Amino acid sequence: MDLRNTWDKWPDANGRFGEFGGRYVAETLMPLILDLEKEYRAAQKDPEFQAQMDDLWKHYVGRPSPLYFAERLTDHFGGAKIYFKRDELNHTGAHKINNCLGQVLLAMRMGKKRIIAETGAGQHGVATATVCARFGLQCVVFMGATDVERQKPNVFRMRLLGAEIVPVESGTGTLKDAMNEALRDWVTNVDDTFYCIGTAAGPHPYPELVRDFQSIIGREAKEQMLEREGRLPDAVMACIGGGSNAIGLFHPFVEDEGVRLIGVEASGHGVETGMHAAALNGGKPGILHGNRTYLLQDDDGQIIDAHSISAGLDYPGIGPEHAFLRDSGRAEYLTCTDDEALEAFQLCTRLEGIIPALEPSHALARIGEVAKEMGPDQIIIMNLCGRGDKDIFSVAGHLGIDM
Amino acid sequence: MPVSRISAAFDKARSDGRSALVSYVMAGDPDLETSYQVLNALVDNGADVIELGAPFTDPMADGPSIQRAGQRSLKAGTTLKDVLALAKRFRETNQTTPLILMGYANPVHLMGYETFAGAASDAGIDGTIIVDLPPEEDMPLREAYAPYELAVIRLATPTTHEARMKTVADGASGFLYYVSVTGVTGAKKPVASDIAPGVQSAQRISGLPVCVGFGIKTGEQAREMAAISDGVVVGSAFVDIISEMEQGKSREEIVESVARLTRELSSGLNRNGGVA
Repeated sequence: MDLRNTWDKWPDANGRFGEFGGRYVAETLMPLILDLEKEYRAAQKDPEFQAQMDDLWKHYVGRPSPLYFAERLTDHFGGAKIYFKRDELNHTGAHKINNCLGQVLLAMRMGKKRIIAETGAGQHGVATATVCARFGLQCVVFMGATDVERQKPNVFRMRLLGAEIVPVESGTGTLKDAMNEALRDWVTNVDDTFYCIGTAAGPHPYPELVRDFQSIIGREAKEQMLEREGRLPDAVMACIGGGSNAIGLFHPFVEDEGVRLIGVEASGHGVETGMHAAALNGGKPGILHGNRTYLLQDDDGQIIDAHSISAGLDYPGIGPEHAFLRDSGRAEYLTCTDDEALEAFQLCTRLEGIIPALEPSHALARIGEVAKEMGPDQIIIMNLCGRGDKDIFSVAGHLGIDM
Repeated sequence: MPVSRISAAFDKARSDGRSALVSYVMAGDPDLETSYQVLNALVDNGADVIELGAPFTDPMADGPSIQRAGQRSLKAGTTLKDVLALAKRFRETNQTTPLILMGYANPVHLMGYETFAGAASDAGIDGTIIVDLPPEEDMPLREAYAPYELAVIRLATPTTHEARMKTVADGASGFLYYVSVTGVTGAKKPVASDIAPGVQSAQRISGLPVCVGFGIKTGEQAREMAAISDGVVVGSAFVDIISEMEQGKSREEIVESVARLTRELSSGLNRNGGVA
């Protein structure tokens, strides 16, 4: 099959990216996700909706985010030129708000007054709480109890923004458990509630609409690169938990065959230890949270808890489009351990004066090797998808520093 | 003939002038031997259909009672194969009570739909309710079941409007499970008058028996639901009794309590007995 110009047509009418994706939800939710899809199709054709998004992106989020040449890191590694897409400069400090705005505007079109969300690192929770405050909507955020503990600054920010935080004790109290609880809430409050999913996963149409809202990252990066260097980059890189920042960067380049798409999964203590969050590199296809995708699971199909130093990557699955891009060979997926991410976190801080979040620190940790193998006439764009302020307490803890 | 075991059970209840009692327990909670004894106690005391829960780490449609039951079962090491083995053991002495496996898609998907279908049929399972395989996604399962006449039992809910009910009914077999509330298992208390129109629509459109479940815990509630349906599903109430083994109750005490609740529920299901 000639795959040229076919990457863009997914998902199909059934919400599939090849063999992945779909709508694996209990019947109670089926009518809701079918309604959401209908509303999204209407919004896509509505210039008013797009204009409202553009206006908020520009004046509220601060888009376009800069494309920054990381000169000292480039010199340090001595290979390809490294550019950062600065999505950590967005309002609320991460890429998450790109998607929250889109979903909350959809919720308002549907007449929903109560927004629920799951959050891991707290960035999606903060972004959702922010947008809800902006539009005067009720906001309830489900967050694993472990994450509530390790992401205290974000928990406080969400409370300041008027959101109710529900700590989730089940499982290991991380992102997966928060998502289970959000789904349980949604199934209970079907009439007035909109579930704002933070990553490019879940039942169709979520993976598609989250990708579309996040694709502003890649569209801007492409335009900025053409303006700056007069050509496309040779590779684009991003960290992957569920994969929303990565798919947002990748998607506008997916038809450009000369551009390598490189995702970096969190391998925690190492894939071989079983204590990791690398669904593509250490998982098998399965069904969870509404979609068929790669999952960390045992031989009986029970889900294995993920592990990562980064709460935002601590998830046993991955968005279905990444599963598809991996199996079809269009994208490559590397891994990075907790320790490597911590080192990269410090390196970037010292060399560029940018404190990255632990999530993009995973991509930073692999960028040196990729840059070196590519050579100085080539260009990489990495999405610096979040800033590290939220992580300084936990980084200090890992470095044995008493604050 | 598995499907006929299901229809025979509903036919018998109907000819007795009552609604069928469908009881749910989690297999392997807290161990497989207890489950085996509980299954027999259910049947001996008036349960017409058994739903056997297969544990899953991420039971998105279940409330705290069944979540914890699944965790206890998993902690004891129960696998999908163990659940099938339990079914097979039950079938050695019982050839008539329909046995429905209820669970989530991932363990079945990993085993492979075809392998699972063969194993389930061999174990004497009559049908399955896979909560997160809606009509849009269950075609591979239906194809795998075809050679065995295993029933694909689907869920209908208060959000299933008339047009959607046709989709739910198309390809469904055995019976329909009408989820009486929007919510997770065991949480809200259903109101018969609210759901009667939905149940009637499900009966009319599917032509199948319709059972009502989620949140029914007492004989009185069961009687109320029996008046408007072909069967009443009780799950969390049994699971709550079994959970008391954690607090030190003996297996014998648990089995006796299960038997007592089954009798209470069963006596409430006579449709001519009036609505409480």
